This record gives sequence, C-alpha cells and structure tokens, in this order.
Amino acid sequence: MYDGWKIILGLVVFVIIVTLPFTMSVGKTYVQPKPSLDTPEIQKMEKKQCIESKQYMRESHIKLLYSWKDYATREGKRVYIASDGKQYEVSLQKTCMKCHSNKEKFCDECHNYVSVKPYCWDCHIEPKVGGLK
Amino acid sequence: MITRREFLKISAFASLMGLGGAFGIEALEKKQGKEVIKDIKALKAKRWAMVIDTRKFKTQEDFDKIIKACHKPHNVPEIINPLHEVKWIWTEDYEHSFPGTAEQYISKEVKERKFLLLCNHCDNAPCTRVCPVKATFKREDGITMQDMHRCIGCKFCMAGCPYGARNYNFLPPRDYIKEFNNEYPTRTLGVVEKCTFCNERIDRGLLPYCVEASEGKIIFGDLFDSNSEIRKVLSENIVIRRKVELGTQPMVFYII
Repeated sequence: MYDGWKIILGLVVFVIIVTLPFTMSVGKTYVQPKPSLDTPEIQKMEKKQCIESKQYMRESHIKLLYSWKDYATREGKRVYIASDGKQYEVSLQKTCMKCHSNKEKFCDECHNYVSVKPYCWDCHIEPKVGGLK
Repeated sequence: MITRREFLKISAFASLMGLGGAFGIEALEKKQGKEVIKDIKALKAKRWAMVIDTRKFKTQEDFDKIIKACHKPHNVPEIINPLHEVKWIWTEDYEHSFPGTAEQYISKEVKERKFLLLCNHCDNAPCTRVCPVKATFKREDGITMQDMHRCIGCKFCMAGCPYGARNYNFLPPRDYIKEFNNEYPTRTLGVVEKCTFCNERIDRGLLPYCVEASEGKIIFGDLFDSNSEIRKVLSENIVIRRKVELGTQPMVFYII
C-alpha cells in the first residue's frame, strides 16, 4: 500500500471526528427533558387533554402548526375540527398558549434539549410569565 | 460483465422502488384531526370595499380615535422618525392624497381637510404582482393579504405600491410598542407590513376596527352585491378614488 501511514492517519482522524458527539458526552449524566404541564389553566381542566392525542402532539405539533399557519393566513380557515369532533380556533396565541402559558417550561424544555430554535416568537407574543422583551 | 438489457432492467426496478417508497412514506404519515374549516360566523363577500365619508370627519380627535382603534390591537409600533415609521392607517391633505385632480383650484375648506388613508386593497394590486415569494396575495374576497411568515423583506411591494401603504420594519418593532395585545402577533425586524382589512376579524364575523370605531363615517361592504349598503352609498354620492389613472382599481372610495 502506497502512503499507507497517511491513509491510516486520515482514517483515524475521520473516526475521531465522527464519533465526537458520542465520546464528548461520555461521563455526563443524561437529563431527560420534562416539559411541564403545570399551569393554572391546565389545572382547572377536568379532563387534561390537548386538542389531539399526546403521542400525536409530541410527534407532529410542528406539522399541525405549519398547516394552521397556512389555513389561517392564506385561506382564512380558522376553525380546527379535532379527531374527537371538538372545535378549536386556529391560533397559536389564542388556543395553544392559553393553556400552555408556561413557554419556558413547556416549549423551551425540549427545544433547548434538541437545540432547535423555532422563530415563532419573533412575532407571536408568548404568554406573560417571563415578560416580554 | 453486465449487459445493456440487464442494466436497463435494474435501473427500471430501482426507479420503481424509489417512486413506491415516496408513496409508502406518504401513506404511513399520520394524519389526525378531521379538517380545518371557515368559521360559520365569518362575513362573506365577493369583493370587500370601503367608503370613507370625509365630510363627517371634523376634528383631529375623529381621526386619532380611528387610528388608535387600529394600531393598538394590531401591535403597530409607534416610531416618530418618518424614515422608519410604520403605519396601517394615517391622514394626509387633499393635495397629497389626490394629486392630479385639479387640487390647485378646489375650495379652501377641502384643501385644508384631512383624509384618512390606508391600503386600498386594489383589485389589480401591483404589490402582489411584484412579490417574488407570494407573501402578499389576493384573497378570494378581494383582500390584499400579507403573509408575514413568508415575507423576506425585499421591499419590492413598497416600490410597487403607488399609495405608500406599505412600511418596512427597519427597527425592531417590539421596542416601540407600549402596550401589547396578546391576542395578535407583532411583526419582526425586516418584514413589510400594512393594513389587512382586519381579515382576522372578518373571518370571525366582525367588522374591521376602523369601521367599528368610525361610528358610521366609514362604510364597509361587498362591492359586488348590488343590495349591499355600500352600493347604496355609492349610488347616492359622488366618490373619488386615489390615483385611478394607474389602473390599480382601488377599493377604498372617498366622498368629498
């Protein structure tokens, strides 16, 4: 093998870089994000149920919000009929955040953990807990 | 050695797999919720239009009340510097509102009168034609809507609009809003904004804020409905529109 040591050195560097995300977290304790549902509005609810099932909301809330955005602003459709037949107003501020009034402990909990930065809050006003900027 | 025939067979099979995969993934994707529909209370029209009876506006207070009724709930920033200001509805004198209509010869009273200006929601809106991302578009009911989610802040629409109805957010708008309406979003730095004919209110069966606050000085209705109040007002009064010679077909009419 010509220049074998160069190839092997390159491979070693490559493997080190690729495995960095794993090797860097060795020894650190895993902290599971726990979005909090403890808001006065949710406490007051008899049946603590979001507009759709927990699993669906967990997996696809951004898809739902994206479709809501288009329905409301582009088509003027502002009533969402959920799987159980209940109707909700298509609005982030008036529907979602009315119950989940704890953005820092609910939205940010997971978003920070997976390092995603949704830009919803550039325009949409978050509920007053931490206050507005 | 692979033959030409075999190669074609393999590639045909592979492309079939690719197509099938896309459909498969689509089918597996979870769809929940029945549907999203229009509110039954929503006001319906083929072409929303507005008549402003400028004779009924007497004092500055009359204007201020309407401007405040619009700007406050829509979280419009109050910026004093005219280079950076943002406005959805504002006032101007005759000469600058209706140039080219023999303004030098009109009566002193009209010359000094103020006129309420806003987005004209033109039937043939130049802003929607120049927008490269379709952030501004015509709704079916004639409202020239602005989708803040899509706006890239290129300012083409500002150049396209002959009425100065569009403002760019040169400064972070939240720094200039005194009191927030938590039921409506603000805008962000670097997008263009304007009056939206309160489409969010129309969709819920309410009249625009300015119409509500004007107490009869502004009439709002369906231009294409011959029995509507606005058509009655238009047939009984002589009205003018801003810069009709440009062919934009503005939907805001002024009784002088």
